Amino acid sequence: MTKMTRRTFGLLSGAATFSLALPTYLRAQDRPKVVVIGGGAGGATAARYIAKDSEGAVDVTLIEANPQYTTCFFSNLYLGGFRSFQSITHSYDVLASNFGISVVTGMADAIDREAREVVMADGSRVPYDRLVVSPGIDLIWDSVPGYSEEAAEIMPHSWKAGPQTRLLKEKLDAIENGQQIVMVAPPNPYRCPPGPYERVSMFAHILSSKGYTDAKIVVLDPKSKFSKQALFQEGWEKHYPGMVEWYGPDVHGGIKGVDPSTGSVETDFDTFKGDLVNVIPAQKAGEIAQKAGLANDTGFCPIDPESMRSTMDENIFVLGDACIAGDMPKSAFSANSQAKVAAMNVRGDLTESKVFPARYANTCWSLIATDDGVKVGAQYAPTEEKIASTTSFISQTGEDSALRKATYEESLGWYAGITSDIFGRQG
Amino acid sequence: MRQAGRALTLAAGIAAMALTAGAAAAAGNLAARNPAASDLAPSDPITSDPVTGDPAAGEKVFKECRSCHQVGAGARNGIGPHLDKLFGRQAGSLEGFAYSLSLRRKGSQGLVWNEETLDIYLSKPQAYVPGTRMSFRGMPDEQARHDLIAYLREASAEAPAEDPTAPPSPRDEIGAIAMSIEGDPDFGEYLSNECVTCHQPSGRADGIPSIVGWPKVDFVRALFEYKTNVRSHEVMRMVTRNLGNDEIAALAAYFGSLSPQ
Ligand SMILES: Cc1cc2nc3c(=O)[nH]c(=O)nc-3n(C[C@H](O)[C@H](O)[C@H](O)COP(=O)(O)OP(=O)(O)OC[C@H]3O[C@@H](n4cnc5c(N)ncnc54)[C@H](O)[C@@H]3O)c2cc1C
Repeated sequence: MTKMTRRTFGLLSGAATFSLALPTYLRAQDRPKVVVIGGGAGGATAARYIAKDSEGAVDVTLIEANPQYTTCFFSNLYLGGFRSFQSITHSYDVLASNFGISVVTGMADAIDREAREVVMADGSRVPYDRLVVSPGIDLIWDSVPGYSEEAAEIMPHSWKAGPQTRLLKEKLDAIENGQQIVMVAPPNPYRCPPGPYERVSMFAHILSSKGYTDAKIVVLDPKSKFSKQALFQEGWEKHYPGMVEWYGPDVHGGIKGVDPSTGSVETDFDTFKGDLVNVIPAQKAGEIAQKAGLANDTGFCPIDPESMRSTMDENIFVLGDACIAGDMPKSAFSANSQAKVAAMNVRGDLTESKVFPARYANTCWSLIATDDGVKVGAQYAPTEEKIASTTSFISQTGEDSALRKATYEESLGWYAGITSDIFGRQG
Repeated sequence: MRQAGRALTLAAGIAAMALTAGAAAAAGNLAARNPAASDLAPSDPITSDPVTGDPAAGEKVFKECRSCHQVGAGARNGIGPHLDKLFGRQAGSLEGFAYSLSLRRKGSQGLVWNEETLDIYLSKPQAYVPGTRMSFRGMPDEQARHDLIAYLREASAEAPAEDPTAPPSPRDEIGAIAMSIEGDPDFGEYLSNECVTCHQPSGRADGIPSIVGWPKVDFVRALFEYKTNVRSHEVMRMVTRNLGNDEIAALAAYFGSLSPQ
């Protein structure tokens, strides 16, 4: 870190205005600098594409809080016993070794937009010509009264993968027949619209595969409808009859709060007790984006739909869950797609490489039960005011089991594909 | 990923071991013939009946293979290699076909196609040759495999085309305009960003087909078949809806230029 601090930035501050198709033998200090905050689905993809496609002409630094990344995507499959924790955990080694990216493990504390420097938690500074910000989400703890970071040790959210995911798995595996799981679902907008309901399916899969026909799962939802609702509800009835009860606001009347000491959730209608309570609170763009003034009053960051460039600062691009991506859901697929558009524009700024019109896509697969996969997807294009959906599809209710199995197997292919697209092909 | 890969390989090993007695015997023979291949399969030979199958039934089974493989007089390489003179051929050895590195490796370690090895391979290709480009889940039905192999025995006796690496002529009108366009691989590389979230540029097929190194005619045709609902995959229908002729030609040029790793 100190090495970076000592580097003088003055020499470079005009860099972006020159044409810089630089030969790779130039020393790192002379190349335009891109810094990426957040090594998740959006940030790591952006770092890899900028490094790969600029063929060494751009100096790329990736700042990530953790030495390894556990994917939220497929973390439900880990809960359901379909994946190991190892198989959803990825390292940054290939990004460093094969793509020449400087990976800095540490927390970015602030962005000095004036000086164009990222200020690290240890006080060191990392200069940039262009900054990509993909910090994911932060939880709004008090959106559920009584909930807090401490309460999450008892009532896990597991909406950021890692220790929280393991904690939820432990608690899930400890559930016995006759006990009850309560989930407090999040309000819109949140990461992974079908995620809570895929998770409910995995809870039910574990309980029913143990023969716990007297165990129950209650979902208390602040929304009156949810993603792939017909598909999930059909699947729950088919595979786990009578096990899952979903209540929208017209039934529970409003979620009043939680009490970790008693494991209860209070609503207008009744108090629900859970032997396991999974609380998924409301969400906002990651703290660093808020602090840097990149978010608006929605809690998320407005961007230019053509380029993913922040409307608050032309040297900064915001991707993934933290940005306001119009019709695109907050998903790893979306973040990966947005990252490629941002990477192309960053290179266009710094090396004058060609910038093509933006194209965006998303498909989200969900697993309802063994070999019963469903999906929803869309393509998007930028318009004046937002990234707008152009075409879309969704799996149908009543599909035959061969198609559902093929859909599940396809999701395994997607996971292998997207993780090597994000982190580079490993091994 | 490294861990996941290992777990998969392990699973593959177990799957291979759990095969039928016939397959195990075959694997045993293979290992005995070539010590370098001993990691491919258990080494305890179990004697069993030779493979018997009905070629007429096998011809019907071959319909599943036909969109990628040609067999019989004049067969050429397409998405998959042609199958003429298949028996006794070293795996991954045809000139002019872009095999996966894994299949070429298995070939150089001594894998030769015959009744037994085909039987194991076809039951679950990804388990026997992890990393193969063949996007085929496998044929668990033993009788169907034996019928297919019996058919291939007969049909593959023919000689291949004069030049089996020559691209076949366009098969019909579908995609004719895109076929006539010289695709721009750089534009294709940009467009490919959208594809590689699922289809790996390394050519690995882990549940989603490999699309690298295909002949242009097959690539263009496949995309048009999605576009016109001849093929029904929802994601691909959606993706191709927004692709014009120039774009399809560019993608064909780009993915056609990649070789599997
Ligand atoms: C249960 C669940 C299931 C899901 N399933 C799917 C699915 O099937 N398909 C799908 O496409 N999506 C799925 N998602 C959504 C997907 O995980 C997210 O949309 C995606 O991870 C967003 O990428 P991102 O880059 O915006 O953020 P993240 O992937 O969260 O990455 C942000 C990174 O930034 C780091 N960071 C944050 N702030 C700082 C800082 N100040 N300094 C340094 N580092 C920092 C974090 O440590 C983190 O690694 C799921 C999510 C959940 C919760």
